[in-house]
Amino acid sequence: MVDLRVKIGRMTLRNPVMPASGTFSEGLARVFSFDHLGAVVTKTITAERRGGNPTPRVAEVGQGMLNSIGIPSKGVINFIDHIMPEYAACSAPLVVSVSAPTAEAFADIVRQLNVPGIAAIEANISCPNIEEDGKAFAMRAKSTAVVVDQLRKATTLPLWVKLTPNTGDVGAVAQAAQDNGADALVVANTILAMSIDTETFRPRLGSIMGGYSGPAIKPIVLRMVYQCAQAVDIPIIGCGGIAATEDAVEYMLAGAAAVQVGTATFVKPNAMLDVVDGLTRFCQRKGIAKVSDLTGAVLDRGMTVDQLEALP
Amino acid sequence: MLSAPPVEAETVEVAPIEASPAFDVADTQALVMSNTAVNGEYFHLTLAAAGLAMNAKAGQFFNIACPATDKDLPYLRRPMSVYRVVPSKGEIEFLYKVTGAGTRGLATLRAGDSTAVLGPLGNGFELNPRWKNIVVVGRGVGLATLAPLAEMAAERGIKVTAILSARSRGLVMSVERFAASGARVEVVTDEDGSSDPDNVERMLLRLIEKEGADAFFTCGSNRLMLLLKRVGATFQIQGQVAMEQQMACGLGMCFCCVRNFSAPNGTEQRRVCVDGPVFPLSEALSW
Repeated sequence: MVDLRVKIGRMTLRNPVMPASGTFSEGLARVFSFDHLGAVVTKTITAERRGGNPTPRVAEVGQGMLNSIGIPSKGVINFIDHIMPEYAACSAPLVVSVSAPTAEAFADIVRQLNVPGIAAIEANISCPNIEEDGKAFAMRAKSTAVVVDQLRKATTLPLWVKLTPNTGDVGAVAQAAQDNGADALVVANTILAMSIDTETFRPRLGSIMGGYSGPAIKPIVLRMVYQCAQAVDIPIIGCGGIAATEDAVEYMLAGAAAVQVGTATFVKPNAMLDVVDGLTRFCQRKGIAKVSDLTGAVLDRGMTVDQLEALP
Repeated sequence: MLSAPPVEAETVEVAPIEASPAFDVADTQALVMSNTAVNGEYFHLTLAAAGLAMNAKAGQFFNIACPATDKDLPYLRRPMSVYRVVPSKGEIEFLYKVTGAGTRGLATLRAGDSTAVLGPLGNGFELNPRWKNIVVVGRGVGLATLAPLAEMAAERGIKVTAILSARSRGLVMSVERFAASGARVEVVTDEDGSSDPDNVERMLLRLIEKEGADAFFTCGSNRLMLLLKRVGATFQIQGQVAMEQQMACGLGMCFCCVRNFSAPNGTEQRRVCVDGPVFPLSEALSW
């Protein structure tokens, strides 16, 4: 028997697999039961109503998806009154993703979410599709410190902070989040990207730039999880191109305590269940008793490498 | 309650998920029975897909995994509306036009291959039992969506007049199928100019005058949709339109497939996948 439980701060999840925010909604309950997941993570909500970005909002680019949805949201009251009840019968803990334009507004929205039934807050300080040119708090350590500090003071719920890959020093950003009270990091959001139709000369997204996700980005985000794991002690939840069991294993080896499956769910709605089942089989095959033993287990020390000498 | 609820420990292996009454959408690995070119542009795909797929109704769709080819590596699935469901044979059929990476991949499927189909998805056409006559107006690949509607109406004793539009006679899809369902079929084409909206409008007015129309149905042409909407508003004839939009998930999760619709307070965005793809004609806006 393999123990799939993992700890994220003071929470214990029944397994390390959960959806990535924005790639999941109650609509998926028409296909399978959420009771099989380690947690559920909502689409990002905002305090205000937002319409979202112009279409086309999605473009298929290589083995990945370029999107610019723009966080359409009916506001926090609608969420509490109409969306939360949909999850009431679900045994997996409910993690609510939130976003706001300022640190103060971030604090306001998490204060409004101090209600029974919410297990944790995921602060989306990294969406590339809200501000002009993909700007986000998590691009810099300083702005990350300010917003996480405000969030920490505003809620006693476990606080997960979702980082962006669109930064030059993800380790410093991770440290800033930890130092200001984050309980866990989600690494990472989508990569700011664009694509142009060479027949029409038009950008393929209505808002020109968007966020890139899917298998194509996995090695990039995996590297960031590895770097963050060196930089912080709090748990890391890996997110970026995970579609199959081996992807999840790879992220855990790099230092992730849990994983989020995102775009893969659009392509294969049962992808998360396949990863849960696959982790059990993987651990059985490898003789690993606890899936949490995979976290940070990459053998990166004492590597035997060729020393190449300069030609004489 | 401010702290996280304790989570029940669980170490049991997760059992494979079985279809149960709580679930009305399934991701089915479907066997290809045939996939044949209908004319220069269209293919007709027949899949064996038992279970929930057999519940599909006219106007609903499936999100279909498209195989890779030498040239293309389609990543996302492609939404395809249902062309026919034959529960007695456990088969479902699609009619599609080859236009890009996804459909080029689909066109390479051969009998004996298999591919994943997620569905049935979306809301299909609705028929009011009090209706006597309906008018179905479609163009191009939109006719594939409307053909099963004509059969559903015939089964319920509703008389159907179908105005089928295409660039040329050779490209008008499903004339025989509409006719076999008992529909009166009128073909209009760009070739002879009869597909011009002014001419289609004259045909509609004659129809309304002669036998009346209880409802309009359309798919596949923005111009025809706008025409039906205008004529419908004038004569107070309600209608339904099946719409298309680029999609990713098909289940309402990604919010990629929104379009604008008229609402009591201006316009609002709706997702074509879960709020449609069939919408009230009076609320549809130009695309």
